[in-house]
Amino acid sequence: MQALQISHLSIVNSLGAGLAATADALRARRSGLAPCTFENVALETYAGEVAGLDDSRLRSDLADFDCRNNRLAQLGLQQDGFVDAVAAAQKKYGAERIGVFMGTSTSGLLQTELAYRRRDPQSGALPPDFHYAQTHNTYCLADFVQRYLGLKGPAFVVSSACSSTAKVFGNAARMIAAGVCDAAVVGGVDTLCLTTLYGFHSLGLISRTPCRPFDVARDGISLGEGAGFALLEKGTARTDEAVMLLGVGESSDAHHMSTPHPQGLGAQLAMHRALASAGLEPQDIDYINLHGTSTKTNDASEDQAVFELFGDKTPCSSTKGWTGHLLGAAGITEAIISILAIKHGLIPGSLHTQMLDPELRSNYQVDNRDARLQRVMSNSFGFGGSNCSLIFGRPQ
Amino acid sequence: MMRVFVEGVGVLGPGLTGWQASRPVLAGEAPYVATATVLTASDLLPAAERRRTGTPVKLALAVGCEAFANAGRDAAMTANVLTSSGGDGDNVHQICETLAVAVLEVSPTRFHNSVHNAAAGYWSIATHSREPSTSLCGHDASFAAGLLEASAQIVVDGKPVALIAYDHAYPEPLHAVRPIGGNFGAAFVLTPHATDRTFAVWDVSLVASVESPSSLDDSALEALRLTVPAARSLPLLSALARNATEVLMLEFVGGNSLRIAVTPC
Repeated sequence: MQALQISHLSIVNSLGAGLAATADALRARRSGLAPCTFENVALETYAGEVAGLDDSRLRSDLADFDCRNNRLAQLGLQQDGFVDAVAAAQKKYGAERIGVFMGTSTSGLLQTELAYRRRDPQSGALPPDFHYAQTHNTYCLADFVQRYLGLKGPAFVVSSACSSTAKVFGNAARMIAAGVCDAAVVGGVDTLCLTTLYGFHSLGLISRTPCRPFDVARDGISLGEGAGFALLEKGTARTDEAVMLLGVGESSDAHHMSTPHPQGLGAQLAMHRALASAGLEPQDIDYINLHGTSTKTNDASEDQAVFELFGDKTPCSSTKGWTGHLLGAAGITEAIISILAIKHGLIPGSLHTQMLDPELRSNYQVDNRDARLQRVMSNSFGFGGSNCSLIFGRPQ
Repeated sequence: MMRVFVEGVGVLGPGLTGWQASRPVLAGEAPYVATATVLTASDLLPAAERRRTGTPVKLALAVGCEAFANAGRDAAMTANVLTSSGGDGDNVHQICETLAVAVLEVSPTRFHNSVHNAAAGYWSIATHSREPSTSLCGHDASFAAGLLEASAQIVVDGKPVALIAYDHAYPEPLHAVRPIGGNFGAAFVLTPHATDRTFAVWDVSLVASVESPSSLDDSALEALRLTVPAARSLPLLSALARNATEVLMLEFVGGNSLRIAVTPC
């Protein structure tokens, strides 16, 4: 694929608001996970909650979109000068030439969960203040972001569980290559809700402790929430120091709805296709930011896939010990972490991982380490066997 | 402008049971009678998975399989774009109803069926496809979103893509806030070049203005188009059924439309 310029980024998660908060927490090995106090959840687990969402308000013209997920979207858009960067792109290309391709898994589902507690006792109707199209519908995130930024180009939501906000980089690359738009805002948001907390609990996949990717005693995920956005533009990088999107690889497992392929065949295919799309070989990758959810099967399957393709040389790690698993927002969050790793020359290790699982064979990094990184791969794999690998790097 | 070639079609909806059977109705040569959509679980799925599928998954698999059968193409080797305005409303209703009362629990099957890409997951299992799959939502414009994405994939990657659109009627109380008027699915196997099976060409372009969307002459079919987002594909199906040369408009988002110039071949 034609490499794409990444002009601007913004991020919010439990590590804080803005790129500096995430970069500082990575460097200082400060986790955003804390004992879960979300809603009326009675699970003993840790979560990466974003502070201040309960008291935040949406811009008044978009009040009907009010739900936790869109509040987090707004908070994300307000960071790192992102709105100004989009306004500059709008001046350059025109509002109708900038696409909005968002990813989310649960969108505003929490709003519906809460509305079901307030159904009319006689008729069973949902409360009149419940706005389906603006808060529950999966598309509402892209609708909100497009309106907030005043853009008028093509827009949709990709919702493929935990690969959603990785896949949107592919959508944007294709739309720009096809000439449908000249630039795109990609990324997305996922917030905590009862369905995911109790859903993963029912599958026996929620850890009682902060998640420990690749640890011999790993026993499940910690959930988190977050938002991240990237402005992508056609054309070449402005400086040698710029980081670009170099490759995208997508695949399906054809195996099981909620369990990855045991040998990681789908994951391998996604990584292989990302390398092919970037015109790179495995040895060209300096670090892999793994999906690394910290469940027994996910880490084992991904390890097999990485080992098969990269052997035991390429350094890799999961940063979910910092943020928790952000589900639909994992892709964009870890894409941004990968870009920060290149910019700051830092291989982040793994938080809470105490004893590496001896069965796992890839070159997993527990400690942080400084390194000059030219190219980084970021993996995102989701329910339904949906896999996506991205490659970011300096211009070649 | 993005040029794609239509190789196979599948359709299932009220009074529309498969492409061949529906062709005379969609061409205006036979009367349209809106009987309930006939749904069956795909026999391509292993028994355990088959039992777990809800209405939207049944719709998606049925129309997708029909389109591939008509195209004579292997689904395992073909990328796909699935698009739905909201996934499985029955399942969401059950989950939210359970979570609203004291017993806080979600069944594992309900949980994995709650993801918007559940149909894509079952499709991949049923067809053994490891090809890329994209699950989209564009609210009322979900079909247009899917057609735009499928077209972009075809012209950029130069490979065939199956576009599968589906929506189903929600139970109350969701129906009151999101009144979807029936169970409907449509699928198209699209290719970057003409093949022996090609029977129409679509030139797809994004138009930065709101144009009147193309409608249908039959009032009952038009009602279906208006009340089911996936049925916004009906003008395209009708043009294909009539072997017509015409320009169709689909409403998209953000003040945009999709223009599709249909040419039979």
